[in-house]
Amino acid sequence: MPERMISLERPAGQFNEAMLIQRVLAGEHELFYELIRPYERRVYAAAFAILRNQADAEDVAQEAVLKAFKHIRQFRADARFSTWLLQITVNEARMRRRKAHANIMEPIAGREDDEGNYTPRDFADWREIPSETLERHEVRQKLAEALAELGQIYREVFVLRDMQHLSIEETSKALGISSASVKTRLLRARLMLRDLLAPGLGGDWSSKLSFEKGTKPW
Amino acid sequence: MVVSCEEVWREVSNYLDGEVEPGLRGAIEEHVRGCKRCAAVVDGTRNVLELYGDERMLEVPLGFSQRLHQRLDENMPGTRRNFLGWMVAAAAACLVVGSIEVARSSAFRGPQLRSEQAHPGSGVPPGMMVVVSEDGKLFHAAGCPFIHEKTKLRTVTAAEASREGYTPCVRCMKKYLATA
Repeated sequence: MPERMISLERPAGQFNEAMLIQRVLAGEHELFYELIRPYERRVYAAAFAILRNQADAEDVAQEAVLKAFKHIRQFRADARFSTWLLQITVNEARMRRRKAHANIMEPIAGREDDEGNYTPRDFADWREIPSETLERHEVRQKLAEALAELGQIYREVFVLRDMQHLSIEETSKALGISSASVKTRLLRARLMLRDLLAPGLGGDWSSKLSFEKGTKPW
Repeated sequence: MVVSCEEVWREVSNYLDGEVEPGLRGAIEEHVRGCKRCAAVVDGTRNVLELYGDERMLEVPLGFSQRLHQRLDENMPGTRRNFLGWMVAAAAACLVVGSIEVARSSAFRGPQLRSEQAHPGSGVPPGMMVVVSEDGKLFHAAGCPFIHEKTKLRTVTAAEASREGYTPCVRCMKKYLATA
């Protein structure tokens, strides 16, 4: 394993990336596959966060990647390629969503004012979570359902920041909103998910998972 | 500094992201030790981040990557591959992957990672002191809010932690990871 330090400002991968972009621009189109490979999952996940439908998300992900290829000359070297690719994806997904009038189905939470304070619900402690529980399909399913409950403005911030581990700044650029809005929505999204998932609340989610009454599912 | 429950709820996100200044951080931790409700909020929110932050939560449909590449092929000038081309490329890729696997299994085997989903921490300075817990899978910077089982902690160098199969916490070690 190579034991060397990587510059904090500019991860090593970005040097290769800049070189790849230059070569794609110079006509080596096949290298574009190499360029997008690390971000394929991320592009799909961003599209899915907005569209909530596998087929649409896949189609939009393909469209976005294709668009990035066609417009790669417009990419500015001072930006990150991953952020630029995500911006295209987010725009494509939002356009698709508008066309489909899917916002009719938007959960009520999506229309809430995100400036107000949110009071977390008061219930039993939820301390330990062995990540092994994620091996269980029904647990992942339940988490996906809870995420789908969030309004779009919260879900897209949460997916980019907490599932794809983008920084606040990258999330703000990808979504075209201020860093302050990212932080406010993130706080709300995290607390709402905690409220939706913490066990013991009405026994709803623990009973569906056939856990014994009174025990924590984790 | 003393903080109220409302302030804890307002700052819980920044606290878990390690983005509060030390005075406020200490005040939040002090408050949480004596407030059951806020402890539940902090623990629950941390659990949300751990669960959703796991790679297993980001599932892409089977064959997504192949279909994406196919779509690109169809639209990329001068690089459209025919079926035979694909088969040759696929066979070559299988051979390469196969030989790499054989070479890896017979000649060199790196540390067995404690988490199958994680990536080894090659970007972290090897001499950096980090914290591991006996039953955990990750190594952390001291004071990271994502350290579990605080009673069974050891401090070792990042290189030692890596050799033992620990991988870097994506939160407190994020700046060292080249994951864009």
